[in-house]
Amino acid sequence: MNGYLQIGYGQTAIAGLLIVANLALSAALSLGLGRRLLVASLRMSVQLLLVGLVLEWVFTLEDALLVLALAVAMAAMAGVAAVNRTRRRFAGIYWSSLVSVSGSSFFVTGLALLGIVRVEPWFEPQYLIPLLGMVLGNTLNSISLSLDRFVESLVQRHDAVEATLTLGGSRWEAAHEHIRDAMRVGLIPTINSMMVMGVVSLPGMMTGQILAGAEPGDAVRYQIVIMFMIASAAALGAFGVVFFAYRRLFDHHHRLRLDRLRQVDV
Amino acid sequence: MLFRATGLGRRLGDAWILRGVDVQLQAGENLAILGTTGAGKSLLLRCLAGLDVADEGQIALNDRPLAEWPMPSYRARIVYLHQRPALWEGTVEDNLRAVFCLAAHRSRGYDRSQGLRRLAVFERDEAFLGKATAQLSGGEAEIVALIRALSVEPSVLLLDEPTASMDAAATRQAEKLLKRWVCDGPNRASVWTSHDANQVRRVAGRTQKLTGTERSAS
Repeated sequence: MNGYLQIGYGQTAIAGLLIVANLALSAALSLGLGRRLLVASLRMSVQLLLVGLVLEWVFTLEDALLVLALAVAMAAMAGVAAVNRTRRRFAGIYWSSLVSVSGSSFFVTGLALLGIVRVEPWFEPQYLIPLLGMVLGNTLNSISLSLDRFVESLVQRHDAVEATLTLGGSRWEAAHEHIRDAMRVGLIPTINSMMVMGVVSLPGMMTGQILAGAEPGDAVRYQIVIMFMIASAAALGAFGVVFFAYRRLFDHHHRLRLDRLRQVDV
Repeated sequence: MLFRATGLGRRLGDAWILRGVDVQLQAGENLAILGTTGAGKSLLLRCLAGLDVADEGQIALNDRPLAEWPMPSYRARIVYLHQRPALWEGTVEDNLRAVFCLAAHRSRGYDRSQGLRRLAVFERDEAFLGKATAQLSGGEAEIVALIRALSVEPSVLLLDEPTASMDAAATRQAEKLLKRWVCDGPNRASVWTSHDANQVRRVAGRTQKLTGTERSAS
C-alpha cells in the first residue's frame, strides 16, 4: 500500500448518489433547490476533473517561466474576481486589485517556498501551485470584502467624512476610521477560521495530507505554515487595495471624490 | 482683505453652475448670499471651503492664495457648515472633543467650559453633552455642528442655511451668538445662505445675489 486507498470513477459516482437523495427531497417538498443543486454539482465535478488533468500536466513542467506564467494567470483571475463582487467601481480598480492580490500572494508564497519549505527547485509546481492557490483564494476574499466595505462606508458616511475635512482634518484623518473598519471586515474570515481551527473545523489541506498517509504532526505543521501565509497575504492584500482606493477617492487637495465612483449591477 | 475670491467658475458636466463670481470679505463682516434654489449657493460655499474644485478663478485667504495653503490648515481657518449637519457617531461631547484629535487643532485642548457657555445660549446644559448624536432633532444637530465649528476658532464661517431646522427661539439665539462671535475677534467674518428674508435682514450687513449663469440665460 502506497499510503492511501485510491478512489476510482465508479466509487466517485456512488458519492454522487448522495446528491440524488437531496434532489428527491427537494422535489418531494417542492423546495425549488433541484436545478441549482444539480448545476452546482455538475459544475464542481467537471471543473475538478479538468483541473485534475491540468495538474497532472502542470506537475511535469520543468520550466520556471511556464510555471510562473501559470501563477500570473491564477493571480489575474483572482484579481478580476475580487473586483467583480463590488458594486461601486472607480477607474483603475482592476489594476488596484491585481497589484494587491498578486503583490501580497507572490511575496508571501515566495518567502514560504524559499525560506520555510525550501523547495528544490524553487518553482517545483507540486508545491508552488497548490500553496499559491490557497493563498490566492483567501486573499481574494479579503480584498473583496475590504474594498467593498471601504467604498460603501465612504458613500454611506460621506457626511461624517466631509465633516472631518471641513474642520481642518487631513484626508488621512478623515479616512482612517473607514480604513480600519475595512481592514477589520476583510480579515474576519481569516481570523474566524484561525480561532476555531482544529476545535470546530479540521482544515481541508491537513485532512488531505493525513488521508494521503502523512504523519499528523507533519500535516499540522504544514497547516500552521499555510495559515500564517494566508493571514499575512490577506492582510497585505486588503491593505494594498484599500490604500489604492483611498488614494483614488481622496485627491491631493484633501477632497472626498465620490464623483469618481460609478455604480454597476452585480 | 480677509478673504477674496475672484472670477470663480464651477462646471458640472457641460453646464456652468457658477461663473464669474466674486466674493470679498472684510473682517467683521456678515455677508448673505441670495439666490433661488439650485442657483449654486451651496456649491459656491463648498468651493470657497476647498471641498469642491473651482474650475476657474482665484481664492485668497489673508492675501495668501489657496494654492499656497496646506489644505487642512486652510480649512481650519475657513469652516463650512453643511446644510444638513454632519455629526460623528457618539455623544455631543464626543463630537466637541474629537475635533481636537485632528493634527490641525491638537495644540489646543478641548475646552469644556467654553462649550457649556455656548450651549447655555441655547438653554442647553451639561446633560445635553451626554446625548447621542443619533437621538438629536434636526435643530439640535445644527446647534452641535455650530458649536463644534466655533470651537476650532476659524476666521471665516461658511453657513449653509445654518438654522433651517431650528425653532424660532433657537434661530434667534444662533443669530445672536454668531453676530457676537464675529465682533469678538479681530479677524472674523461669516457668509450665510438662507431662505428666510427676515433672517437675512437681521444678520447680514451686506447681501450678494447669485444669479444663475448660462443655464438661466439659455
